[in-house]
Amino acid sequence: MLDTSVSERHTLSILVDNEPGVLARVVGLFSGRGYNIESLTVSEVDEARHQSRISVVTSGTPIVIEQIKKLLARLVPVHSVQDLTIGPAHVERELALVKTMNTGNKRVEALRVADSFRARTLDSTLNSFVFEVTGNSSKVTAFIELMSSLGDVEVARTGVCGMTRGNKIDMS
Amino acid sequence: MNMEQTKSVPQMMEGAELILKVLEDQGVEVIFGYPGGAVLPIYDALFRNNSIRHILVRHEQAAVHAAEGYARSTGKVGVVLVTSGPGATNAVTGLTDAMMDSVPIVCLTGQVPSHLIGTDAFQEADTSGITRPCTKHNYLCKSSASLQANVEEAFHVARSGRPGPVVIDLPKDVQLLDAPFVEGGVLNANKQRYQPRIKPAAEQVKKAVKLMKKAKQPIIYGGGGLVNSGPEASEKLRELVALTGWPSTLTLMGLGALSADDPHFLGMLGMHGTYEANMAMHQCDFMLNIGARFDDRVTGRLNAFSPSSVKVHADIDPSSIGKVVQVDVGIIGDAGAVLDALLAELKKESFAPNAKALSGWWKQINEWRARDCLKFVQSGQVIKPQNAVKRLYELSRERDIYITTEVGQHQMWAAQYFGFHQPNRWMTSGGLGTMGYGLPSAVGTQIAHPEATVIDISGEASFLMNMQELSTIAQYRLPVKVFILNNEWMGMVRQWQELNHGSRYSESYSASLPDFVKLAETFGMKGLRASNIDQLDDVITAMLDSDGPVIADICIEKEENCFPMIPSGAAHNEMILSAADEASNPVSDEGKLLV
Repeated sequence: MLDTSVSERHTLSILVDNEPGVLARVVGLFSGRGYNIESLTVSEVDEARHQSRISVVTSGTPIVIEQIKKLLARLVPVHSVQDLTIGPAHVERELALVKTMNTGNKRVEALRVADSFRARTLDSTLNSFVFEVTGNSSKVTAFIELMSSLGDVEVARTGVCGMTRGNKIDMS
Repeated sequence: MNMEQTKSVPQMMEGAELILKVLEDQGVEVIFGYPGGAVLPIYDALFRNNSIRHILVRHEQAAVHAAEGYARSTGKVGVVLVTSGPGATNAVTGLTDAMMDSVPIVCLTGQVPSHLIGTDAFQEADTSGITRPCTKHNYLCKSSASLQANVEEAFHVARSGRPGPVVIDLPKDVQLLDAPFVEGGVLNANKQRYQPRIKPAAEQVKKAVKLMKKAKQPIIYGGGGLVNSGPEASEKLRELVALTGWPSTLTLMGLGALSADDPHFLGMLGMHGTYEANMAMHQCDFMLNIGARFDDRVTGRLNAFSPSSVKVHADIDPSSIGKVVQVDVGIIGDAGAVLDALLAELKKESFAPNAKALSGWWKQINEWRARDCLKFVQSGQVIKPQNAVKRLYELSRERDIYITTEVGQHQMWAAQYFGFHQPNRWMTSGGLGTMGYGLPSAVGTQIAHPEATVIDISGEASFLMNMQELSTIAQYRLPVKVFILNNEWMGMVRQWQELNHGSRYSESYSASLPDFVKLAETFGMKGLRASNIDQLDDVITAMLDSDGPVIADICIEKEENCFPMIPSGAAHNEMILSAADEASNPVSDEGKLLV
């Protein structure tokens, strides 16, 4: 029997036909049945076949996660559903743009923090920076928290996208 | 989309005409619909078409229910044609009903012309948005180039795997513009992107048989998947029951898959199922679920559901397995294919039931049966509803009969007291519980089986929800019989108010009812009434003997409750068998939260 009580976080990678309504279909499945979406990224990945990949980070009990995967798989435009979290080793990345407002020592410290996180400076004025930071979600979150302590910030995050390590390709 | 272009050169034709061509290729003989501005091109093409029959209903919800009756009684895809905006929104209840009960429907909806979409045009609604959660799939067909592929795929999706409703939203310009049509179809059956699993995995079947061999107190629990799979699945089920000698029960949607006369059949299970079926579910040590989905009407309180059984669940929809009840072996596949594989494996393994254990188990079951949970006392002059259904069944046994129902007490009495012997003979709204389903469903069933006796067992409140369809019945001279169990209450609501709300009957009375006999007469039908027990048989006989439509108003005991009953929040072994039990088993506070 599966443990029914503990909520787990899973990253799902869904390959779909890029047709009108497909994103609404996937998102509607989550909202209609009361499941969580923690982050969502979507873009066309195969122009010739008109296919997109949707990466969803969701959380729920193991039974709910199983149910989500089965419900996704039965949608007509869905070609494959991979659960990166339970599958073989995988990589995950997220990108964030962080605008930070500060002067003096705090501005110097912001640059130093950005450097240690390997963030790139995309824009600057005399009292602001826009940094680009990539990494796993916890690194991005840590960066944003540090920046928040150094002044007002504005944040845009892409959400997680991921894929398995190794030499297998998931494109149908 | 995998489009296998065949060699033949596309021929250009008007979109509306193309749609009808594809429908013909898909074997469509009849469409249930209602015209309006945004589908006039298709209606114009229908005017010129000689092979597809259109049945004009009086409300779009009824069009879908009629198509459901047609589909469930034939196994074919039911087809609906409605206009944009209100036409489409009226169809939503029917679509949701078909979704819940896995009925194959293709619903063509008109849409405002492409260039007006998004402008709040007259009779514009976001049909693809509104119907997305209540269909198996839907299309907004904005391009003439993909019209043929969309319509073909819609039929494939509706009928394959777990059947369901599919909407194709058709902007008016797409109906009018020329579109390419390829003779013989554009989608190769084997190259469809939607390919649900039909044949079960051999390994899972082996595991199931291994468990079956160990069973001492087994039960077979069958559902609507048996009916959807086609009549062969019912034959296989009967073979399995004969081979094993195991007690068997069916859900509301599965009735008829096993003959009601089969001594192995314990009757329907669930909230208003029989005592023996529910007790056997509760105490079995092995459960074989074929094509049922552990619905909450069936399981009762989940944490007390069949606590000591090993469970095998076969379902064509992988998401049904493990959804509410965790099982030991899940088998993904069509009910018929699964039964085929199970029978082959059982024979290969020279399966023989554990005779000693089984006879002990049957002894126990027969003790439960001896409680005679469906007994009722017909005393006095007032007709008992159970008796009305029982007599209807007995007096119509020799006929080629199809039963539809509305939703409520009468539906449960029909399920309990009318015996079904074959699949596809019983059309009822199970999952959604749609009052008003039965009359239009009877229209569709009668269209599919013009020579058969089609009876809508109805309640007076449900009947009023779609009674405009009397006009459809009159127009097509359909000999539909409406058998109204009239207690002047929304009976099931009243029953729940009695049980859960201190008999405060808030708004559950049927006030200002029409005179059903006169109502029948205004539509040119025969109206009959049975006010007391002496008239019951005569009215039933007169109804059945009439070769035209009839409304039979059966005035029944007003405050009769539907028993046996698992109160909400209770377990299978906590059934109420009669009104006397009711007082000693008050519904728990948790139970009152449930529906």
